Amino acid sequence: MSETVVERTPEVEAYWEALGCRFADVNRVFDECMTEATTLLSKEGMDSYIENARFIGKMGRGSEPLLVYLEEAPRVASIVGEDVLSEIKDFVYYLSTNTNFKAIVPFLQTLASVTRRLHSIEQLHYYFKLLKDMVTRTSGSVHGHHTTFPSPGLPDLLKQAPRLLKLLSMEGFKNWIDYGINYYHNHPERQIDYFTLQSADANAVLQRERHGTLLIDHERKLDLYMRSLWQDSDYLVPYSLAFSELRKPMPYYDDFGIRLPDVFDDLNGVRGIDRYRATLGHMAAHRRWSSKMVVDNWSPFQRVAVAVFEDCRVDTLAIRMYPGLRRRFLALHPIPNEEDLVKTEQSLLLLRLALVSRAILDPNFKIRDEVLNSYVERFHAMMADGAEGSSRDAADIALSFIAKTRRQTDLSPNVYFDNTEVDYRDDNRHLWIYIESGDDEDTLFEHLEEQKQDEDSFKLPPRHYHEWDYQAAHYRPDWVSVYEAVHPSGDATQIDRLLEKHSALAKRLKAILEALKPQQKVRIRYQEEGSELDLDVAIRSLIDLKSGSQPDMRINMSHKNDGRDIAVMVVLDLSQSLNERAAGSSQTILELSQEAVSLLSWTIDKLGDKFAIAGFNSDTRHNVRYAHIKGFSESWGTDVKSRLAAMTAQYSTRMGAAMRHASHYLESQKADKKLMLILTDGEPADIDVSDDQLLIHDTRQAVKELNQKGIYSYCINLDPKADEYVKDIFGKQYTVIDHIDRLPEQLPKIFMALTK
Amino acid sequence: MSDAAQYNIKAEPFYQAQGDEVELYEAAYAARLPVMVKGPTGCGKSRFVEYMAWKLGKPLITVACNEDMTASDLVGRYLLDANGTRWLDGPLTTAARIGAICYLDEIVEARQDTTVVIHPLTDHRRTLPLDKKGELIEAHPDFQLVISYNPGYQSLMKDLKQSTKQRFAGFEFDYPSEATETSIVAKETGIDIELAAKLVKIGGTARNLKGHGLDEGISTRLLTYAATLIKGGVEPKAACRMALVRPITDDADIRDTLDHAISATFA
Repeated sequence: MSETVVERTPEVEAYWEALGCRFADVNRVFDECMTEATTLLSKEGMDSYIENARFIGKMGRGSEPLLVYLEEAPRVASIVGEDVLSEIKDFVYYLSTNTNFKAIVPFLQTLASVTRRLHSIEQLHYYFKLLKDMVTRTSGSVHGHHTTFPSPGLPDLLKQAPRLLKLLSMEGFKNWIDYGINYYHNHPERQIDYFTLQSADANAVLQRERHGTLLIDHERKLDLYMRSLWQDSDYLVPYSLAFSELRKPMPYYDDFGIRLPDVFDDLNGVRGIDRYRATLGHMAAHRRWSSKMVVDNWSPFQRVAVAVFEDCRVDTLAIRMYPGLRRRFLALHPIPNEEDLVKTEQSLLLLRLALVSRAILDPNFKIRDEVLNSYVERFHAMMADGAEGSSRDAADIALSFIAKTRRQTDLSPNVYFDNTEVDYRDDNRHLWIYIESGDDEDTLFEHLEEQKQDEDSFKLPPRHYHEWDYQAAHYRPDWVSVYEAVHPSGDATQIDRLLEKHSALAKRLKAILEALKPQQKVRIRYQEEGSELDLDVAIRSLIDLKSGSQPDMRINMSHKNDGRDIAVMVVLDLSQSLNERAAGSSQTILELSQEAVSLLSWTIDKLGDKFAIAGFNSDTRHNVRYAHIKGFSESWGTDVKSRLAAMTAQYSTRMGAAMRHASHYLESQKADKKLMLILTDGEPADIDVSDDQLLIHDTRQAVKELNQKGIYSYCINLDPKADEYVKDIFGKQYTVIDHIDRLPEQLPKIFMALTK
Repeated sequence: MSDAAQYNIKAEPFYQAQGDEVELYEAAYAARLPVMVKGPTGCGKSRFVEYMAWKLGKPLITVACNEDMTASDLVGRYLLDANGTRWLDGPLTTAARIGAICYLDEIVEARQDTTVVIHPLTDHRRTLPLDKKGELIEAHPDFQLVISYNPGYQSLMKDLKQSTKQRFAGFEFDYPSEATETSIVAKETGIDIELAAKLVKIGGTARNLKGHGLDEGISTRLLTYAATLIKGGVEPKAACRMALVRPITDDADIRDTLDHAISATFA
């Protein structure tokens, strides 16, 4: 108590009394808090502030909640009104009473910046509601009657809240939280990973929910833009702005491609996509008109100036080529405040340059300063009468600009930045050549590239597919990794022996095949205009004519080609259950499938349709294995047969991912009809999925996706109990084969019936 | 026999030569060599043939080929008549009889078995056998066969047989240079040169996208459409979107890019 050396005004002293607090550390900062609070709050507000603070102080959770409340609450109240003060107290009390007291401090700490993002009391109420929802859904309970374990992710969520709300709308914020709760409510460590934004899907969902224009969504459009307007093309590499607040990366290009931010929000009425276009247009202009300069002897100031003048030069040239760009550039170019030129305590170099830059590009922007104006005129003189100037010319003007306008204050560490940063311009690193290696080169992305090379050397990269979550009714982004490899080979003659064994069946099939084979030419009769006279009809018409009745004028006939144009993809389930012995047979299901597929392949080959075969199984979502057995361009020969002979069965059945992967091969085939035949012995399942409906619904979603791509999927199911689920997945497009031993006979027949 | 005069070109069509193609064509006609004109759509192939027919003062019979076209559509067929059947000459037969220039437009669209009927007309024989009628037509001395096709459009299925190709002298057309195209658009439609130059520039941006989602760039023909619309009082950007972008693509990305090119070109 001896620390209270400072004399308090009676007013503050009265508040201190009202607070009734004995914490020494609170005592120490109390005066400062009061100074701030009295400027932000009304008299009534102050009373409510102290009253609620008193309650928090007496809650028995130590001094920290009180300290943070005293510091943060006035600012929150100043944004959304003083009624919020008691609401904050209520929420703190709520957290304190249901074991989540550890979340109180992060809640209060971030509340002010959260409020700044949300702006209105309604939004803030919604925020409280979301947090309460999170608390009820993630606090653990023992034997179901008391919440005894605190929510593991809540403190972390609260710490992340300001950043999340900067990137997400309230709706997106809610979705992001919901996702985390849904998937990790019974897994505390993962939950923490998610809410600290450590896990991959946390970031993936964040990307999906965030507002603004994502680069990946518009990559093609931007590539087209570069090609069509600038006859230029390069890799567009995104970098993220979300993770480095202090050192904000700028767009740039180098030998490895063009680096752009991963997302652009709309700015000054310019859409995100147009900001990308402006940025790319500016860089394309650099690539077309700029040349490198040796800059070892230039000071940083000189370099900044050269960069600005060179930027203006290429912008001017770009505008000359596409006059419409001026509007976009100007919308993104800040309007610097010339009034501030009188400031003496700051380095104003950037302001002077921004003024000149604006004046060069904007004919309606006038600067009063004579010296600056003379440089604008000098620049226009360089570009007069359609001249292009050169990087060197721009540099000369810039160097003279620095010499002429230099001021003592330029060296001040206090730099004037307001309205000087031009949004669409890159960092101009491509302009400089250093003869001696400097220490300020940017190595931001180099480590990333090294990492990538390591991975490439040992296996093919996976393809990622979404998976449908029926409960949340949305896709889990990039949830499943599919690894593709060529199926190992075995003894091809084994398949030939199988075919021989079924030679009687083959003969019967052959008869049906003959009937199915495309009849190349079909005669179309009764044509008014055809290629040939159809004599029968012509004579009949003539008789009609002679007998005085109305003749049929359609006396010609023509021919048309009628062919089959079908591409078939056979997808085989190669999961563990195929090793079981088939009911009423001495063979395993795998062996029977092998026979059936061999016969089917023989049939399709005979029909001359394009077809491919692949097998799949899965060992959790991280390892879905897709084995290539026959491609569309391969012929039904030894290679394919030997792969078929080596078929083995293991792991589980994640069918949706395999179908999505197979569909992208089928999709690229040119055929009138595309058919995907799925041969399976059970329902989709995997060991990392506890809800057996989930993969069924996902597969059904995959079937829908295939339908949209014009692919007809058809399931041949060997599970006698399949009726329970197969209808849900495939609708009417399935066959259940009860007598598995008849599969080799049935499969080709089903195929032929399907394609008749 | 049909009236030959109806096939004459009455007024001089506007055609701006890109090189010496007019002289070369005249030489080929003097020798009555069959001629093939290649080039992307809307670059002036048909206009060139029309212009040459006018310049040489010969009638011109144009046949637009399509894949349902049969040999009888070219040669002729029997029609029903009060007295039985009556033979009607097809356009090719008519041209051979009256000594016209017969122009088969987009010949690759026709099926290959159709195109072979032109073979005897295109070598030293210069005859056309009408097997159904039992007649052998000697081609009129003024008769000439011209075909056009668009190599950019070629697919595996649509190509001429070597035996057909090697019967023709060829002209390769492409979109004219920027300056030429500007003056073509300006003269054809009467808009001012500056506006024409802008249209041509937009055309150029689309041609850069050929092979990246566009099968063909914006043709000179479409540029003149846009110019005509502008001349008729349509706001230039709207005219360009309507005449240049919407017809050539259904791809949203490309449409967006080209729309942007239009708004970047018209300040």
